[in-house]
Amino acid sequence: MSAVIQLDDIHKTYHTGELDVHAVRGVSLEIHKGEFVAVMGASGSGKSTLMNILGCLDRPTDGRYFLDGVDVSELDRDQLADIRNKKIGFVFQGFNLLSRTSALENVELPMLYTHHHLSAHELRERAMRSLQIVSLADRADHHPSQLSGGQQQRVAIARALVNEPALLLADEPTGNLDSRTSVEIMGTLQKLNEEGITIVMVTHELDIARYTRRNVIMRDGKVVTDTLVAKRLNAEEELRRLQQAQEEVQLIP
Amino acid sequence: MRALATLRIALRALLRNKMRTVLTMLGIIIGVAAVIAMVGIGNGAKSQIESQIASLGENVILVFSGNVTRGGVRSGWGGAGTLSIDDAGAIQREVPGVVSISPEVRSGAQVAAGNQNWSTQILGESPEYFDLRKWPIVEGADFSEQDVRSAGKVAVVGKTIVQQLYNGENAIGQIVRIKNVPFVIVGVLLAKGLSVQGQDQDDLIIIPYTSAMKRVQGVTMLRTINVQMAKPSLLNPGEQQIVELLRQRHRIVAGHDDDFTVRNQQEIADMATAQSKTMTLLLGAIAGVSLVVGGIGIMNIMLVSVTERTREIGIRMSVGARGRDILLQFLIEAVTLSAIGGLIGIGLGVATSQLLAARMHWPTLTSLSSVVVAFVFSAAIGIFFGFYPARKASQLDPIEALRYE
Repeated sequence: MSAVIQLDDIHKTYHTGELDVHAVRGVSLEIHKGEFVAVMGASGSGKSTLMNILGCLDRPTDGRYFLDGVDVSELDRDQLADIRNKKIGFVFQGFNLLSRTSALENVELPMLYTHHHLSAHELRERAMRSLQIVSLADRADHHPSQLSGGQQQRVAIARALVNEPALLLADEPTGNLDSRTSVEIMGTLQKLNEEGITIVMVTHELDIARYTRRNVIMRDGKVVTDTLVAKRLNAEEELRRLQQAQEEVQLIP
Repeated sequence: MRALATLRIALRALLRNKMRTVLTMLGIIIGVAAVIAMVGIGNGAKSQIESQIASLGENVILVFSGNVTRGGVRSGWGGAGTLSIDDAGAIQREVPGVVSISPEVRSGAQVAAGNQNWSTQILGESPEYFDLRKWPIVEGADFSEQDVRSAGKVAVVGKTIVQQLYNGENAIGQIVRIKNVPFVIVGVLLAKGLSVQGQDQDDLIIIPYTSAMKRVQGVTMLRTINVQMAKPSLLNPGEQQIVELLRQRHRIVAGHDDDFTVRNQQEIADMATAQSKTMTLLLGAIAGVSLVVGGIGIMNIMLVSVTERTREIGIRMSVGARGRDILLQFLIEAVTLSAIGGLIGIGLGVATSQLLAARMHWPTLTSLSSVVVAFVFSAAIGIFFGFYPARKASQLDPIEALRYE
């Protein structure tokens, strides 16, 4: 199995005023193709910083980062932008869709910054295919404000997938959603993972982490545990169980 | 290829906020419209002044009688009455290249016909005056040399006189009383309309200068002598010779000032055009200020827009937009704002000049060059004032931008 992500002794230090903040202190990690990893930790554990480095939004102060075989730790701003465009799909906690812009146009966005030119027709077709994967093709013309939270997150997932990235990075993707919708989103991610997409997700919710295959726990800028998930939850089964429970208390008909 | 996509992104962003887009454009629209209308008014005035100078006649030298100071009160040109009819004759005889000459006196007078009366200008001239000034007679004919010799009681009148004294009906052969002296109207001049200064150029009566001197004003000296030279190149030497001739005739010793003033048409034209150029420049400059203010408006809105859309910029950067893509997007937005504003401003400016010309009879002249300059300038303003906000946007840190609330 080839490593999608290979981190060699990654350090990140922020200089804020007189104080040096050592956010990440030597993380080495290998994530292979087809893995579904949850990075967990309390706030201040360095997981967000690590996520920014993994997402090529930030560069490590020390150490090497190979993404899909390419050393990205020394690239400049523009090169990092191109890497983000081609190799990484982002899913954020706050969805981060462009408001007053249709779901379809939101999904088209990454392709507008791709080097090879696509015709308007191709753009549309690829964006539609991506929306179909998350079962939202019928909402293509809706604006984010006309969609529920779960639907907005699925549009964001469609946008992350549209350039066929090597890695899907999800930063607390269920943080703004209720428990039922969270399970739905995890179901979508599980389905994508089963189709072979590598996913790295940051979360602080233990039960959400149990839908993944591997849990990496950080504390004080270091990885403290790295374990495979023993009793992995299946989102479909959970949904069914939830449905039954809700029917029993007549929450839903 | 990415430029095309960026253009589309910028246009979408502008369409998303129509009200703001229109309000921002308004600054540029008003600026460009003001420049075009103002320069149009200036140019119109200039061309009218030029055509008026041309209506002085070709290759004309004007000799004004000198001014006089009595008890500290200075009279205007011609006040001293230092030019005689003999001076005029001498100029015609002795200055080479003189084609025609018209001695002139002028005064205001109350004139009457039937039960109507009117206050107007009385000009005493020779019959050559009409040719010299290129002022054709549309009805009847001019008076003759014979009328000049005999101080004949004949008059050529302007259109306004016909309107005021004869209700616009046929005036030829009618009697007009100038200071109680009856004159027969023999001709009516072509209407010239208002001058740039708003003076009615048709409100006058022209009679032989001899009649004006003897019968109307009772003076013996001329106010002005109009001299026409054969060709433009003779204007300067002609002027020189007239000065020398008159100094000699008036016995002015070296070191003393002339008791007359000589101006040629070119000098008058130059003076007038210089004045109108200054006016055009001034009007354009004032309008230009409003264009700059419009540009600052664009910068202001773009800066607000960058702050407001920080998150959007973060999103775009996270999906792979380079700094240059963001820079281009905001720059194109600014340039589109100012270019479309410029186009609308051109339309409005041209319409305003046309309206001023049609409704208020201001002579306006919109030149292609002023339109092109205004448009290019407004686009340049978009680039200039859009660059700073666009650069600011492009240098945002994607992490900070994504976190921005």
